[in-house]
Amino acid sequence: MNHAQKRLAFLLLFAPFFLWILLLIVLPHIGVFILSVKEKVGMGVYEYGLGNYIEFFNEPVYWNTLLRTAVMSIFVTIVTLIIGFPIAYYIAKIARQRAKAGLFLLCLIPLWVSDLVRSFGWIVLLRETGIVSSFLQYIGIVSGPVEFLYNDATVVVGLVYTVMLFMIVPLVTTLDGMDDSLIEAGFNLGGSRLTVLRRIIIPYAMPGIISGCIVVFMLTAGSYLTPILLGGKNSQWFTEQIYEQFITRFNWESGAAFGVLLLIFTSITVWIGLRLSGQTLSSTVAKT
Amino acid sequence: MSSNAKTLSATASNPKPAAFNQVRFLRNCFTGYVVLFFIYLAAPLIAAGAFAFNDSMFPALPWQGFTLDWFFSDTEPKLGMFHDRRLLSGLSISFWVALTVAIMSIVVGTCNAFLFERMDFPFKSFCYIMMVIPLVIPGVILGISILVFASDIANGMEDNWGIDIESLRPGLLLVILGQFSFVTTITTLVIAARLKKFDIQLEEAALNLGASRARILRTVTLPFLKPALIGAGVVGFLISFENFNTTLMLVGSDAPLTITMYDRMAKVGSTPVLNAVSFFLMIGSGLLALLSVFVQRDKN
Repeated sequence: MNHAQKRLAFLLLFAPFFLWILLLIVLPHIGVFILSVKEKVGMGVYEYGLGNYIEFFNEPVYWNTLLRTAVMSIFVTIVTLIIGFPIAYYIAKIARQRAKAGLFLLCLIPLWVSDLVRSFGWIVLLRETGIVSSFLQYIGIVSGPVEFLYNDATVVVGLVYTVMLFMIVPLVTTLDGMDDSLIEAGFNLGGSRLTVLRRIIIPYAMPGIISGCIVVFMLTAGSYLTPILLGGKNSQWFTEQIYEQFITRFNWESGAAFGVLLLIFTSITVWIGLRLSGQTLSSTVAKT
Repeated sequence: MSSNAKTLSATASNPKPAAFNQVRFLRNCFTGYVVLFFIYLAAPLIAAGAFAFNDSMFPALPWQGFTLDWFFSDTEPKLGMFHDRRLLSGLSISFWVALTVAIMSIVVGTCNAFLFERMDFPFKSFCYIMMVIPLVIPGVILGISILVFASDIANGMEDNWGIDIESLRPGLLLVILGQFSFVTTITTLVIAARLKKFDIQLEEAALNLGASRARILRTVTLPFLKPALIGAGVVGFLISFENFNTTLMLVGSDAPLTITMYDRMAKVGSTPVLNAVSFFLMIGSGLLALLSVFVQRDKN
C-alpha cells in the first residue's frame, strides 16, 4: 500500500470508532455534566452554579444513599471474593481436567440468563408465599409464612449471585497459570495449609483478585434491578435515586448531578484499586 | 496423578492414619462446599423455570399438577404467553432491537479490531482506554447521558429551526443507540482477540500471488474471523435482549420484553406466565450459547 492508500484505510477504520465514542460516550457525558451545573431560577430560565451539588450535600437522604450504596458494594465485593475464591481454587487446582471445563461452564450459566429472570427466581424462592417459606412451614420450623424479601441480607445474596461469575473467571484464569510445584514446595518446607494459602497462593492470585474485585464493585455500585426487586422500598440504592430524579420527579438537573457524583465516586474507587495493585484499566477489563 | 493427590502425599509425609483421616475430612468438606455453591447457582433458575408448569394461579407451592397452559392457553384468566399480546409484542420488539444492535456492533467492532490490531497512530493507547470505558460506566448513567444529549439536540432543533425530530425523544432509536454504545466494546474485544491470532503471512502470501486487498479480506481474513464474528454477534444479541438498566432510561411507548416483564413483576401480582417467559428465555439463551460455543470450537 502506498502512503495515500494507507491514510485512507486508517481514516475509514478510525471514523466509526471516532463517531461512536464521540457521539455516544463523550458528548453525552459532557451534556450531563453541563446539565448538572445548571440551576432553574424561573420558568425556562437557567443559571450556572453548583446548586444541585450543594443540595445533594445538604440533604442527608441523598448522601446517605450514596454512602450506603458504597458500603454495601464494598461488602458485596468482599463476600463475593470469600465465597468465590475456594470455588475458583477448586476449579483451577483440584478438579480433574474434564470436570474442570464442565464446572467452569456451569459457573457461566447465570451470565446467559437475564438479570430480570434471576431476580424473579429469587422472588419466587424467598417471598412470603415463596418456596423457602412454604418449605419451612411444611417441616415445622416456623408456624406462619415468613417474608425473606425486602431486607439487606437478601439484597446482598442477590447481588453476590449476579456478580459472582465476574469474580470467578479472573481468579480461575490466574490460578490456572500457577505451577503446582510452588504449593508442594511450600508444604515440603513445613508450611501449614494456612501458611501456604497466605504466603504463596494468595500473593500469586493477587492480580486476579484485584481485577475481579474492581469489576464486581463497578457492577454492584451501578446495579439497579437487583436492589429494587429484592430490596423493595427499603433498598435505597443510589441508581434508584437517579431514576427517581429523572423519570418520576422530572428534575433532570439534580439527576444529572447525582449521575456525575456516582461516576466520580466509582472512578475514584477503581483508580485507588488500580493504583494499589499496579494494574491498568485495559488489562483488567479485557481479562473478563 | 491429580494435583490434589500430590499435595496430599506431600502433606502426609509420615502417613499417620489420624492425619490422613483429617485430610480426607477436609477434602469432603471442600467438595460439599462446592456442591452447595452450585445449588446456590441453580436454585433461582430452577425456581423461575419450574413453576411455569404448575397448574396454579400463583408461582408458589403447593404443586397442583403439570400443565402447559402458561404457554399455550388462549383464555383468561390463564392466558398463556403465546397468546398474551403485550408479551408477544415485547418479544418481537426485543428481537428486532437485539438484531439491529448485534449487526451494528459487529460492523463497528470489526472496524475497531482492525484499527487497534493493524494500525499505528498517535494516542493509540488513549483511544484504547476510551474504547474500553463504555463497559465500566454503569448502565443507568449511559442511559441518562444519551437521553440528555438526544433531548438537547431535539430541543435545539425545535427552538432554532422549528423542526421536531420525534425519533430523538425516548423510544426505540435511543434504546438501540444506548445498547449499541457499550455492546460495541464487547464485540471489539472478542473480534480483536481472534484477529490477534491471525498469521499476517497468510495475507502477504495472497498478496504475492496477486490477489487484491479487497479479495484477501473477503477470502482469507474474514473467513478466519468468522467464528469470532458469530460469537460476538450472539453475545451482542443476548446482552441487548436482556438489557434492562440502559433501556429503562430510554424507553418510549414501545416496550421491549424486559420492560414489559418488569412492569408485570413490580405492579401486578404476577401469574406463572412470567415463569413461562423466564423458561422460554432460558432455553433460548441456552441454545444461542451452545451455538456460539459450537461455532468457536469448530475452528480450533
